[in-house]
Amino acid sequence: MFLEYTTIFIFLIVGIAMVPLMLLIGKILRPHAPDDKKTSTYECGEIPLGSSWIQFNLRFYVIAFLFLIFDVEVAFMFPVASIFKQWTQAGFGQGWLAFIEVAIFVGILLVGFAYAWHKGDLNWVRPKKKE
Amino acid sequence: MSLPQMLQDIFQYWPVLQTFPFWVWSTLSVLALLFLFVFPFAGVAVYVERKIAGDIQARIGPNVVGPYGILQWIADALKLLLKEDIIPKKADRKLFIFAPMIIFMSGAASFAVIPFSENLILANLNIGIFYLIAITSLVSMGVIISGWASNNKWSLLGGLRAAAQVVSFEIPVALSLMTAALALGSLNMVDLVNAQAGMKWGIFHNPFMLILAFVYYISALAEVNRTPFDIPEAESELVSGYNTEYSGMRFAIFFLIEYADAFVICAVSTTIFLGGWHLPFLNYAHIPPFLHIPLQVTIFMTKACFLLVVMMWIRWTLPRYRVDQLMKLCWEVLVPFAFICLLGTALWMVLFQGKGFIELLGGLF
Repeated sequence: MFLEYTTIFIFLIVGIAMVPLMLLIGKILRPHAPDDKKTSTYECGEIPLGSSWIQFNLRFYVIAFLFLIFDVEVAFMFPVASIFKQWTQAGFGQGWLAFIEVAIFVGILLVGFAYAWHKGDLNWVRPKKKE
Repeated sequence: MSLPQMLQDIFQYWPVLQTFPFWVWSTLSVLALLFLFVFPFAGVAVYVERKIAGDIQARIGPNVVGPYGILQWIADALKLLLKEDIIPKKADRKLFIFAPMIIFMSGAASFAVIPFSENLILANLNIGIFYLIAITSLVSMGVIISGWASNNKWSLLGGLRAAAQVVSFEIPVALSLMTAALALGSLNMVDLVNAQAGMKWGIFHNPFMLILAFVYYISALAEVNRTPFDIPEAESELVSGYNTEYSGMRFAIFFLIEYADAFVICAVSTTIFLGGWHLPFLNYAHIPPFLHIPLQVTIFMTKACFLLVVMMWIRWTLPRYRVDQLMKLCWEVLVPFAFICLLGTALWMVLFQGKGFIELLGGLF
């Protein structure tokens, strides 16, 4: 089974190497004549004002946080998912046990989800706080 | 069995070829997949999309290069190859060059676990579906790097929007893939398909799986930034989003991977919800083995291409979502639905001892 990961590894290497290779082929054929106007930042024809490496909105950070929590949850659930069917086929007792465990695990997260929802962290446009 | 292993088996009695180690066959099959399938398929998909767009908007579409314009994609590729490669002076050069590489890597490597047929799969991983989630979420990293490295306001906005969107829609995607694994009892792609033999398709397993198929399809559309969820590259707002500063071959890579990813999600939908290479009343035990690969590939590709055409149809029919609507759709509709379906499927599994709807029907008669 671990032999299969050879293919994955080679796929990643080929994936990385393919882009420079494609560019290298084009290098012989394509023109190369950069000038100041051409290599300046595109801003719809205007002269670009300042850098765009700026501080951006905090709500992207909140989204990233929520994602992290959910994704870790999903990653932890995968082993359960892969054997859940065997448990349910083994009999009612084991099936219910597995279901209750899944329900508790998901339930804890859903409480957090409900909290985030109630607090308005899921809203993209935040309503202004009332004074 | 996977494709490299099959090659090794075929050539095991040849004088020189039998001494080749496994990785040679792996490399050969990876290159074969990329050059014989991914690149031509992405090209043809672009052509088909433009033709469909033409039909929907009551115009002809590409019709100059070759008969019915079918060679248009080769002309496009050549044009992009001959374009000058511009790196903006103010951009972060290293990251600017690195971003397409990581996007290409993750986009192409997700093909490794697509089961075209029982033996025609690049790497028959025991955690295939988990690998798929891991590798496709790398795209968001490439997108955010390209947006940041360009040092362009459009790119930055596009990259951040794309990252927020991809990351959010990753949750319903992962949840629905997990629920499918839970219902079908495996993480291996081939096992997943074989658990759906005959009419026992994923969508017919239970009512929740039927809803989940739609949840998956919608959120996967958003994950690959297809219209109606293409706000990261909304032309009317952000010029071209995170790839504004990319030109020539580098742009071609973004473009190619967009179509490759679109195919990947269609193939995954086929694998876990539409029964892969299985059709109702078709039993592979009654079919001679040498016909298995062509038949399975044909059925699989037909289903996947049907979904791809639906995707294009959606793209040219619906208007674009707004950012806040999009996030609302994800977090307040799709995620709760996915959780309900997860618990519902688990409950169904317990109540009916792991049997799907079709299996239960079979027990009745």
